[in-house]
Amino acid sequence: MDFQLNCPVPLRHDTIQMAHGGGGRMMRDLLEAVMLPAFRSEALDARHDAAVLSVDGCRLAFTTDTYVVRPRFFPGGNIGELAVYGTVNDLAMAGARPLYLSVGMVLEEGYAIEELRRVVASMKAAADRCGVSIVTGDTKVVDRGKGDGLYLNTAGIGAVPRGLQVGPAQVRPGDAVLVSGDVGRHGVAVMSVREGIAFGTPVESDCGPLHGLVRALLDGGVAPTCLRDATRGGLAAVLNEIATDGRVGVEVLEADIPVIPGVEGACEMLGLDPLYVACEGRMVAFVPGDAAARALEILRATPGGEGAARIGTVTEKGPGTVILRTRLGTRRILDLLSGEQLPRIC
Amino acid sequence: MRFVDEYRDAAAARPWIEAIRALVTRPWAIMEVCGGQTHSIVRFGIDELLPPEIRLIHGPGCPVCVTPVELVDKAVAIASRPDVIFCSFGDMLRVPGSGSDLLEVKSRGGDVRIVYSPLDALKVAQDNPLRKVVFFAVGFETTAPANAMAVAEARRRGLSNFSVLVSHVLVPPALEAVLSSPQRQVDGLLAAGHVCAIMGTGEYEPIAKRHRVPIVVTAFEPLDLLQGIHMVIRQLEEGRHEVENQYDRLVRPEGNLPARELVREVFRVKDRAWRGIGVIPMSGLGLREAYAAFDAERVFDVEGVGGPESPHCRSGLVLQGIIRPRECPAFGTLCTPDNPLGATMVSNEGACAAYYRYRRHATD
Repeated sequence: MDFQLNCPVPLRHDTIQMAHGGGGRMMRDLLEAVMLPAFRSEALDARHDAAVLSVDGCRLAFTTDTYVVRPRFFPGGNIGELAVYGTVNDLAMAGARPLYLSVGMVLEEGYAIEELRRVVASMKAAADRCGVSIVTGDTKVVDRGKGDGLYLNTAGIGAVPRGLQVGPAQVRPGDAVLVSGDVGRHGVAVMSVREGIAFGTPVESDCGPLHGLVRALLDGGVAPTCLRDATRGGLAAVLNEIATDGRVGVEVLEADIPVIPGVEGACEMLGLDPLYVACEGRMVAFVPGDAAARALEILRATPGGEGAARIGTVTEKGPGTVILRTRLGTRRILDLLSGEQLPRIC
Repeated sequence: MRFVDEYRDAAAARPWIEAIRALVTRPWAIMEVCGGQTHSIVRFGIDELLPPEIRLIHGPGCPVCVTPVELVDKAVAIASRPDVIFCSFGDMLRVPGSGSDLLEVKSRGGDVRIVYSPLDALKVAQDNPLRKVVFFAVGFETTAPANAMAVAEARRRGLSNFSVLVSHVLVPPALEAVLSSPQRQVDGLLAAGHVCAIMGTGEYEPIAKRHRVPIVVTAFEPLDLLQGIHMVIRQLEEGRHEVENQYDRLVRPEGNLPARELVREVFRVKDRAWRGIGVIPMSGLGLREAYAAFDAERVFDVEGVGGPESPHCRSGLVLQGIIRPRECPAFGTLCTPDNPLGATMVSNEGACAAYYRYRRHATD
């Protein structure tokens, strides 16, 4: 293998900042400067949530993710469910049927075994709900003060249906952009507990599996060109990633993007934009324009997709750029965040 | 969302745009004072809806942007100490000092925490009696009452491990500076609604009279801004220069009297440097002598700390409405939100950040 260790992108910081994990421009720069040049491979270059690999004529999707959420229990879920659904969802975003998961645990000395039991029970319940088996794992314990209680890593394998191609490279001008429900809930739910802020309406995380929605689309005869779950960086990050990696323009309509009042109110108060706030049970689906109506119908009839909406269209104009048509009818860029979203002064 | 959607409604906006078009007979330049107004204008594309005769100029009303580099450097120095817990509103964390910013201090192991209220910082002080807790008290008149309350409360509770690094600025002296400038380009002003909710409108009367400039106290939503612009244009076209209040659902002429009293009790008015602009006489707040024990600059002796600003940064000219963000040679090249030279590029409310984020490319 030909390793390239030169750095194509200059990085501003010489140490890791929190924003390097935030799903915005800094994270993308870090991947492009450090990880991708070193690990280059065809599957990695596809830039998708899961790598699709051919093994003896079968196509397997393979993915991994690590979970460090604080607090570990939040309204609507916990770190264990998140770790199962997150990896299941990454497999589903490659069009795959999720099959097997591994679990790696980093436990901090002093962590309560009773809480670990609760987390593990949630993981088992979540895996059963998704029809996947947890088949291998690893446990490490680190010194007190060095592990924040519990970190989880899950990796997963799924089977990709014959002939199905889902990924940024498949997206074409004219494709419709759909979301499977309202955005921004997970980030606001976690923030409300972490920061001890009580908002007028309690917001529960949308943490949940997406494989059922993908299966429903495929069974209904709709072949998405690309799927992506809107996690870190929220909807805006997903749209930007697909626009850049797929070399297309995307135009979305602000008024059509579903956001529940509790999320909108919390974001308004803190000076955040819900389009950049993380979701854990929402996907963005790119489907051919003529299949959009059918796809929406299917999603809305499937559990977890009741709030699905068409929010925009893929265009030929401005490859790599996402344009938002505002409620007032004007147009502006919907950019990647530069760092983390930070609450404002006033 | 109730009480917000109503002010972002396209159908309700249309009559205001038409009314503005019908009023305008010649070119006018209007400055929106507040960075929150700037972001609303650029985020919703309000300037694109206006007739070409109206030019909107972005004003100095972003507290993050005008905090002098020297104070950011002092914040960095204090936050770097192992005995300190440094608390700040989120948007100050990424503002570059001359060498570093607070996020870098955090990544190097400094205990830097985001809080949502100065009273949260007070609680941190109470919970950590063996550490020194410092709150970065930044802002205009809007945040001054809560910051004053935190200091007064700290004294009442006898908290000796709490102090504030004060970076308060006042709007009226800044407007005086902008309007007195020989390079003045401003015909009318949208004053910042939240500031007036605290301070009232009295201080604006002599400014409007002296500089013969209409001042309309305006809120932040698209409909508010369109209505405020309409009120300014109507005055300009009629040759009037008065203080009017678009934000009468919140702003009273006398302001919030208990809040003003609290600010007077804890702070005194003093000369103050504005980032990129320089010293404006009597334009800032500092703690009164009676509260000197809570002044982080005295507690930590950071006299002399502070390096120079980037020579390439023209944010001062942007803040005064003399150039537009894109007219700065460094905009989008040497200076981006990933590598900001000045605070107008890094702050959530900075004019350069708004243009970079929403208008970097032509959108058509």
